[in-house]
Amino acid sequence: MNKISYPQLGSYGVPIYYLLTHVLRNEIIKPKEITKKTMELGSKYSPDFVCTPFKYTLGTMIESLDMGADILIQMGGGCRYGYYHELQEQILKDLGYHFQLINLINGGNHISIRKLFKEYPIELKKRGFLKYLYTTKKMVIYMDKIDHYIRSHRCYEKEKGAFNKLREEMLLKMSEAKGPIHLYHIYKTYLKRMKNVPLRETTKRIRVGLIGELYTLMEPKANEEIEELLNSYGFEVKRYTDVTYLLFQKKRKVKQYLKNFFIKYRMGADALDNIHHTKELCEDEYDGIIHIKSSFCTPEIAAMPIIESTAQQYGVPVLFFSMDMNTSETGFLTRIEAFCDMLEMRKQ
Amino acid sequence: MKECYLGIDIGSISTKAVIINKSYQILSSCYIETKGNPIVAVKEALQLVSIPPEYQLRGIGTTGSARKLIGLLLNANVVKNEITAHAVGTLTYHPDVKTILEIGGQDSKVICIRNRMIHDYAMNTLCAAGTGSFLSSQAKRLGVDVKDFGNIALKSTNPTNIAARCTVFAESDLVHKAQIGYPKEDIIAGLCKSVVLNYLNNVCKGKRLESPIIFQGGVSKNVGVHKYFEEILKEKVLVDDNGHLMGALGVAILSSKVPNPRNYTLDFQNIEFKTIGEECKGCSNRCELVRIYRDRELLDTWGSKCGKY
Repeated sequence: MNKISYPQLGSYGVPIYYLLTHVLRNEIIKPKEITKKTMELGSKYSPDFVCTPFKYTLGTMIESLDMGADILIQMGGGCRYGYYHELQEQILKDLGYHFQLINLINGGNHISIRKLFKEYPIELKKRGFLKYLYTTKKMVIYMDKIDHYIRSHRCYEKEKGAFNKLREEMLLKMSEAKGPIHLYHIYKTYLKRMKNVPLRETTKRIRVGLIGELYTLMEPKANEEIEELLNSYGFEVKRYTDVTYLLFQKKRKVKQYLKNFFIKYRMGADALDNIHHTKELCEDEYDGIIHIKSSFCTPEIAAMPIIESTAQQYGVPVLFFSMDMNTSETGFLTRIEAFCDMLEMRKQ
Repeated sequence: MKECYLGIDIGSISTKAVIINKSYQILSSCYIETKGNPIVAVKEALQLVSIPPEYQLRGIGTTGSARKLIGLLLNANVVKNEITAHAVGTLTYHPDVKTILEIGGQDSKVICIRNRMIHDYAMNTLCAAGTGSFLSSQAKRLGVDVKDFGNIALKSTNPTNIAARCTVFAESDLVHKAQIGYPKEDIIAGLCKSVVLNYLNNVCKGKRLESPIIFQGGVSKNVGVHKYFEEILKEKVLVDDNGHLMGALGVAILSSKVPNPRNYTLDFQNIEFKTIGEECKGCSNRCELVRIYRDRELLDTWGSKCGKY
């Protein structure tokens, strides 16, 4: 029986593993957490000027293949990431690995389920496919809701690490959920517990919006854990991009944005969304915006000048980061620290 | 007993120390080269500055690239990044300034100020072209002392164009210009001009530089660079005599504002500090751990990603 593995992205490994183990008969191999070794493997076999998500996912794939996986899952995106699966497949085959690669999303369209089972050696369990698919969808939505709450409240926690501990507990419970109702109960319990976490009183709230390229935003290892860092400075963080947004809301929202906004064209990937979010953050009177992308991310590079001038009209400062394997942590910290000092001074 | 405060700015090339009193007047200051060893440099600097007998040290602040290390060793009560320190220092002495141009040894930054606070800033990200270390390495190549660089540049009437997008290519362009026989002062003037152009095109991209403008950092001592800033911006650019000390002054001022200060002494000379690098073997992250010892006592361990240390 073939063994399946998938790339690593934040905590979304939990729902993916849940779905695959409940729906398929195949053995599922959990990918390793991203470490320095993953990055080194990824950069070693990647073209130099390719964007970092390619390198991270390639590194994870190599590690999974070494653990014995022979079916890999990849998801294309709306930018040149859409072609990455083919390049990655070629690179890995040249390295002498034998495997099949499934690309779930091609040019923004999902692969058809019938085709999936016809073409690839994966076997479905007899019962419960729709139930577990629904549970997984709900799990992603609940996780994102909880994360949304954490991002704006973790900065005020009295006991350091209280939210992170609860979150980890919740993910563990969720991965053992029996069905949608059980999952809903877990979600409700933990939301309640999180709302009961003792918080510091504060008079001045400083809020920062995070926008940018999706992989670098969602994988904490790729962005030097910027959300926790900002929270530790006492800043609330808002992030639009998460899997809920990308899979279930983006299509509808983009149509709205095209209608109401001064941009008439899509610019690929999330460029249009980010420009619109900049405007939304400014109108909500956020104190600052941080834009993160991986190096050489073309759609975001195109969006950056527009983001900057939009924010300038509202007088909101924007900080741009380009993350790479070679980003120096010290330089990153100095910039972030100065940005936070600036926001605090402006608030006074 | 009157109160005084110490500010130290440990940069990549130079270390600056300054002692101020409560009304922010400079009591003592020094400026020495770091020479790649911040601990030795700080020890030397602390010998050069002196606290007048009627004063008691009530605060220490550190900034610059070695701020964290020196802050830990001296038990400083303020450890701040260079951008905030420079802005605070400058605004104390020049409250009307709207733009701060700063070119240091390894980084260059621009700070825009509106309503007497930082409104926006930018820092060079990718390349060190157009910073102090670039100028000093080119001075060495041309066989001139960096301190004379500015004055030689002023003699030129016809600066050459030097491609300054990248340090390495600027250097090869410079060699080429020298090889085809340009006089030295024209090449040096061209270098100063290229520093300014590179800075304005890369760091200040998209920023509005409103006057009054002040120019700081080690490179501000170079009259050639100063001249080309005024020429290209078509504005008057201020240079403070204490411009190179602004970062140190800024942290000293910040440390004077810390509530509940305590007394400090400068018994730093006889203590042995050691830093030992080590690779953690806990997981495949292989973090580079840095352990800092004071007389064999472990002060702190840095660099672990998982928070084990």
